[in-house]
Amino acid sequence: MQMPLLEFTAKGIYCAQADVYLDPWRGVEKAIISHGHSDHARWGSKQYITHELNVPIIKHRLGNISVSGRKYSETFTINGVQFSLHPAGHVPGSAQIRVEYQGEIWVFTGDYKTQEDGISTPFEPVKCHTFITECTFGLPVFKWDEPKQIHTNINQWWAENNTQKTTSLLMGYSLGKVQRLLKHLDPSIGKIYTHGATEEMTEVLRNFIEFPSTQRITRETTKKEIEGNLVLAPPAVMGSAWIKKLGKLSTGYASGWMAFRGARRRRAVDRAFVLSDHADWNGLLSAIKATECENVITTHGYTDLFAKYLRENGWNARTEKTQYEAETLETAAAE
Amino acid sequence: MKRFAQLIEQLDSTNKTNQKVAALTRYFEVAPKEDALWAVALLSKRRPSRPVTTTLMRQWAAEIAQLPEWLFEESYHIVGDLAETIALLVQEKGTGEAPTLTQCIEEIIALKPKTEQEKKDYITHRWKGLNNFERFVFNKILTGGFRIGVSQKLMTRALSKAVAIEENILAHRLMGEWSPQTTTFEELIFHPNPEDRISQPYPFFLAYAMEDDFMAKENPENWHIEHKWDGMRAQLIVRAGKIFLWSRGEELITDKFPELNVLAEFFPDGTVVDGELIPYKENLIGDFNALQKRIGRKSVSQKLKQAIPISIMLYDLLEWNGEDLRKEPLFKRQKLLAQFYAQLPPELPVLLSEVLQFSNWEDVAKERERAQEKRSEGLMLKHRESPYEVGRKKGAWWKWKSDPKTIDAVLTYAMRGHGRRTNLYTDYTFALWQENELVTFAKAYSGLTDAEIKQVDQFVKQNTTDRFGPVRQVKPSLVFEIAFEGIAASSRHKSGVAVRFPRILRWRHDKKINEANSLDDLKKLLP
Repeated sequence: MQMPLLEFTAKGIYCAQADVYLDPWRGVEKAIISHGHSDHARWGSKQYITHELNVPIIKHRLGNISVSGRKYSETFTINGVQFSLHPAGHVPGSAQIRVEYQGEIWVFTGDYKTQEDGISTPFEPVKCHTFITECTFGLPVFKWDEPKQIHTNINQWWAENNTQKTTSLLMGYSLGKVQRLLKHLDPSIGKIYTHGATEEMTEVLRNFIEFPSTQRITRETTKKEIEGNLVLAPPAVMGSAWIKKLGKLSTGYASGWMAFRGARRRRAVDRAFVLSDHADWNGLLSAIKATECENVITTHGYTDLFAKYLRENGWNARTEKTQYEAETLETAAAE
Repeated sequence: MKRFAQLIEQLDSTNKTNQKVAALTRYFEVAPKEDALWAVALLSKRRPSRPVTTTLMRQWAAEIAQLPEWLFEESYHIVGDLAETIALLVQEKGTGEAPTLTQCIEEIIALKPKTEQEKKDYITHRWKGLNNFERFVFNKILTGGFRIGVSQKLMTRALSKAVAIEENILAHRLMGEWSPQTTTFEELIFHPNPEDRISQPYPFFLAYAMEDDFMAKENPENWHIEHKWDGMRAQLIVRAGKIFLWSRGEELITDKFPELNVLAEFFPDGTVVDGELIPYKENLIGDFNALQKRIGRKSVSQKLKQAIPISIMLYDLLEWNGEDLRKEPLFKRQKLLAQFYAQLPPELPVLLSEVLQFSNWEDVAKERERAQEKRSEGLMLKHRESPYEVGRKKGAWWKWKSDPKTIDAVLTYAMRGHGRRTNLYTDYTFALWQENELVTFAKAYSGLTDAEIKQVDQFVKQNTTDRFGPVRQVKPSLVFEIAFEGIAASSRHKSGVAVRFPRILRWRHDKKINEANSLDDLKKLLP
């Protein structure tokens, strides 16, 4: 029996013909990386191939590694297998990985979203036979509003806090979410401060994306100067000592999980903004349709439910276990 | 409706009490009075009766969302709240005209006698016309149960600010049976008619659990000690020759305890007493389980009344000869109560909670040890000079419960929680050994820290052996120490034992499942 083009092994998604892994969770010889989040770009492989914009990102995260960058749609061949990267719209430098051998085409999405976020190259569907898709938000209860409306709400919230001399603490993932938020902040309201981790990643992305200026919070920064301004930080600062020196605060958190009232209450932030870098239910379905694929493999998220729904609607769909944590309700809180 | 939904959203999006009160106060100030009255009603659990079953609501929502029913159900289990699931799945922009809160509730009330098709047309029309959060609030009004972190006390405080009436007076006016259908904001809040309100109870005064440094700070001679009776708290009112019995949840329960009707002949008009309903037969106090059989019944048969007769154990006198005594010191109220009780014929279903006094705390502690023998849950400590206050207030009344009984049990099933525990496995079933089998004996929801809940949730997701709808069977591996208050034999439970207030005391990481207790160990604790 012929081996499938991609297999799910103990180390990751494996292409035996090319001896290459896609987003492996253990160290391997050669790894193609979809994007820079830590559950997809892991340490320990000898050689990394990824989109050129993701090169500085994973170098920042993984240190001194051997990595080569590719452009979107550029084909490279390894032992007769043709690989190419295509925009996933998830975060800057994120890619779907297309694999073709003897006319058979598979696409592995990594993480993706179909909404445009203003900083990532927008998602482009790629025709294939087998589509390996994430489904972090693969439930019909998830349907995102227009991002424009969310950004307007964020700026209104900030402006209102500003008049109350209250500082706005806006939290989100350090890679992608924070910069997406930053890109749409209205600097006429006040100054934008950053947490160290946030500032470093933003600095990396400034090389190829324009952002409003930010100021890193240091030991010298006083409560007085922050007052009424906005602070960008990772969610982990909630409840930490660092937060105390920010003075009177209104807290905001941007995540797809904030669609759930229970999650909003558990987070205990003053304002929750439903803004995700993953596709919602309709986004997932439209992406799958656009690939014209026959087979779907669901990886992380509500995999079983989503695959069952796809089967009922005519796809040959199954689930594979991976070690992509996805952005679960809990890791979203813990990152 | 829009304004009310915004209020609920505001209340939902902050956990700062002051902001909640401010949002509520603002609402009461600006909302039309009829809407404000309905808001008070909804926030004090006075909702219109449900016009449709949730089963129908689920079917209609799945239909509009064009989803198979199984996917709707799965979504519901993950979201953990039906009103919210429907709000999220019926994805309409909500551009229709929203009715006022009063209109909306009147429509819901009028819906009850209509045909299923008419109900469906109305509800789906509203779903489509409202935006996400309004739809959620609308569903909550339909299905009941606003759990939004706003206690009646908080609501009363906000209303008190808005109408400039003292909180305690207002709390009293909001008690008892009233409905926006039969009264107005003006009548209820500003001009209560005493004639109309003969059934109106006083707000209950609630105790705090005793604090660690209590005895070091306090002189035992200032404290009146009573046993904490293990029954159902109730307030009994006799006014204008009629008797009214209220539960702590402000439910009128007179009909459930007809044996107390006779008291109307012996209690003078204008008498209000606070006490505990307990099963009492042949001079013996029964257990809580027996009482539960009475509470559960809609109508009380003669047979049940004879099998489990109920008495009221009196411990406070709130109104005497029509006069509000709540500001009088406890010792005076108790003295009056004792004098009154002494004149009653002995065969009445009334008992008097004995007031004990001690000169040192060691003797109090010894008295607490007698809880099992006295059939109590521990002790109540009340300051002899204390007035009868409103709600849960620290200082004058303390409860000092008996130490709970504990047993080590194995986690066997888990279910997702609701509210802030949505999407986490937080509702657990525990089992004890019988021969080589694990037999379910209790369910418990509380006692773990958030961090532990996360770990157990992870465990459940990775060790599921079977699924029954929302319930997951897990590989027996984790042992927990379960604490509980009372224990009684029960034919309704598979284990043959019913425990009261089971909760998780701690996670026994140090124990393997074969070290968990057996059902026989549990049965040894039966009184």
